[in-house]
Amino acid sequence: MNRLAFFVPVIAFFALALMLWQGLYLDTKALPSMLIDKPMPVFALTTVDGEKVTNADLPDQVFLLNIWGSYCLPCLIEHPTFMRLAQEGEIPVVGVNYRDRQNLALNWLDDNGNPFEFSILDESGRFGIDLGVYGAPETYLVDGDGVIRYRHVSVLDESVWREEFMPAIAELRDGVSK
Amino acid sequence: MRHFYTLICLVFVLLTFGNSSIAIAQVDTFKFDTPEQQQRFRKLSDELRCPMCQNTNLSGSTGGVAEDLRREIHRMIVEGLTDADIEKFMFDRYGDFIFYKPRLRAETAFLWFAPILFLLLGFAAGYMVWRKSKLSVHKSASLDVGQLNRLNDLLDSKQ
Repeated sequence: MNRLAFFVPVIAFFALALMLWQGLYLDTKALPSMLIDKPMPVFALTTVDGEKVTNADLPDQVFLLNIWGSYCLPCLIEHPTFMRLAQEGEIPVVGVNYRDRQNLALNWLDDNGNPFEFSILDESGRFGIDLGVYGAPETYLVDGDGVIRYRHVSVLDESVWREEFMPAIAELRDGVSK
Repeated sequence: MRHFYTLICLVFVLLTFGNSSIAIAQVDTFKFDTPEQQQRFRKLSDELRCPMCQNTNLSGSTGGVAEDLRREIHRMIVEGLTDADIEKFMFDRYGDFIFYKPRLRAETAFLWFAPILFLLLGFAAGYMVWRKSKLSVHKSASLDVGQLNRLNDLLDSKQ
């Protein structure tokens, strides 16, 4: 009994220390998305090219939804990855041009290349709110039924692609083929 | 020296509590129909947290998304939505994070009741320590019959 009384505080200390130690490495900037396993919000907007676009225009297979803006420097870092994915036909990428200006967005695509099937124009940021976006860049993984499955906040580079997106996409595609 | 410490304390108190009143608010560019609506707008944008600049509320943040969310709060208030509707709108998109004061639900119950739990645990531990120390005091202070007789003998022999 005495032994137990002696060890309880020691164990409690180590449990607390372990918890706090893990807390040190917690990424508090990346918030969990509320839209995981929920359908894409309903929208009727235009693309940056001025064409009408709704949910019906989204790819009917697994695709990426990338939130970008011409003002967004980290977007330039992840841009080569999206260019490669588009060129190699690995997965369709749909853009959301978030809190930007149409002419600036078009210039940016001209200068850097356009990896997107199309980019939804969201100058006011209102569509971003429905997605729970808090700042570009963010990337959502959406399945063929238009249900959001995963969100990555900040730069999606090759290592994030390999480690986070490839397994998640493989799982979704397996689910479809079964 | 004592006056010096009083002064230091006073400075800290002023820094701590005075600060909140000079916090800069990015509000009041919206038009409302009634002062009551404006009051609600202030309250909501003070209590909701900016998802981008994570340690400021919506009213104090210059972040893009905070600006958009303030505009949405204004729109919803003018359209006649209740505070509960607006809070639900925010929760559905940004989750518990958006509230500086998390709402009581199954997932947040531990957060709310853990302090009471820890207080009770503390009391229990304190009580056990206290009872143990009381017991041990009694034990050492009380003598058995043989010891008492010896003590009396010793005291008697001294006289």
